[in-house]
Amino acid sequence: MTSNPLLPHLTARAEATAHSRTSACPCGATVTLADRPDATVVRHADTVAKAHAPDITPTELTPRLTTATHLPDLLLPPLTPTPVNLHGRLVTFWPYGTPVDPADPDAAPWEAAATLLARLHRTPAPTPLPPARGPVKAALAISRLRAVAGPEPMTTGIASPPTGITSADTTSPPTATTSVLRAWDTLPAWARAEAPQPDSTTLCHGDLHLGQLVCHPAPDGPWLLIDVDDLGVGVPAWDLGRPAAWYACGLLAPEEWHRFLTAYRAAGGTAVPAEGDPWPALDVPARALTVQTAARAITKALAEGRPLDEVEESFVDACDRMASVPLELTHGHAK
Amino acid sequence: MQCPKCHAPMHTYNRNGVQIEQCSGCRGIFLDYGELEALTRLESQWSQPAPPPPAAPQAYPAPPQAPAWGAPHGGGHHGGHYGHKRHKSFGHMLFSS
Repeated sequence: MTSNPLLPHLTARAEATAHSRTSACPCGATVTLADRPDATVVRHADTVAKAHAPDITPTELTPRLTTATHLPDLLLPPLTPTPVNLHGRLVTFWPYGTPVDPADPDAAPWEAAATLLARLHRTPAPTPLPPARGPVKAALAISRLRAVAGPEPMTTGIASPPTGITSADTTSPPTATTSVLRAWDTLPAWARAEAPQPDSTTLCHGDLHLGQLVCHPAPDGPWLLIDVDDLGVGVPAWDLGRPAAWYACGLLAPEEWHRFLTAYRAAGGTAVPAEGDPWPALDVPARALTVQTAARAITKALAEGRPLDEVEESFVDACDRMASVPLELTHGHAK
Repeated sequence: MQCPKCHAPMHTYNRNGVQIEQCSGCRGIFLDYGELEALTRLESQWSQPAPPPPAAPQAYPAPPQAPAWGAPHGGGHHGGHYGHKRHKSFGHMLFSS
């Protein structure tokens, strides 16, 4: 892995900011929390510095930061209200919060996540915001898959799976790509980011998963949502789409899904009807996020020259089944 | 058959689908195993509108709805399926974009 030239600068800024917050910094090591093309995140003591994606502009990011500043009971508020420019990257500073433990499924805060989303969806946007980026991210995952899989995924040869691993065709990335692209093509235009979302007022997080929750103040404070990069106005069911997709693909037990959905409804969330079948509202976002997850998994498997693993395959299998089940229509969202 | 008490011959009658034997001598009634319960049940249906269905022992009232394109959940030959996958997937799949 090539070293990221941004990292030492970001580390220095995190340390400087941490030291400006306290006169008695224990001054341990600065830890890199994430170093991906779309974000680099470092932590020094109680301060986190994040370098945002290279293509993001202050015009897009600043109202999202403003929203977090105005809603400190729902979103972790930034330490500074506007981003700074560091070597061409926008950088923001945040207090450290304790994340969800990836090693402890039983401790996952399903009720807290659902309640935060329900309250977010009921809150008027405190400042004019761009659209939530859920559909844009799904479209991005598909275009990346198309770029690595080539124009004709049926004809293999780009990345044949290594011999002797699994024999089933569905684990082969080229075959799986066909399933995923077919499922993608059945989605309505708005879910593929080819038309505006049918809701332009509801405040949405835009990228909910279990890595988007922290306890603040660490370690025992209340749960808050983090990462405003995809926050905006849009279809709130998109925020429920990932847990819905995990449940539909067999990763989430019925009990956990039931807890999540019940807590969301109890907190007055508007993405699904208060009672009855929630799937007419969830179908399109859950399909889109299943397709997005499958696309990312195949892209990754191709890059690593390996077949899909069992969990990744369950998303591709769901894409296969989608082709034969018509979309559930509701509120005109599935146009 | 003969009455076990007075040894007179018994005749078979059908009462609401339940076969009962009555002695032609002492008028005693012989019930096979389960027939008393069957008659009692029938009697209660006459006097009450309808017995409530027995409560099913479940973790929650009904399994939550799922889309038709979803994976089979719980029960049957898929029992424990998601639990296994949940364990394998939780740490990475549920924490990334």
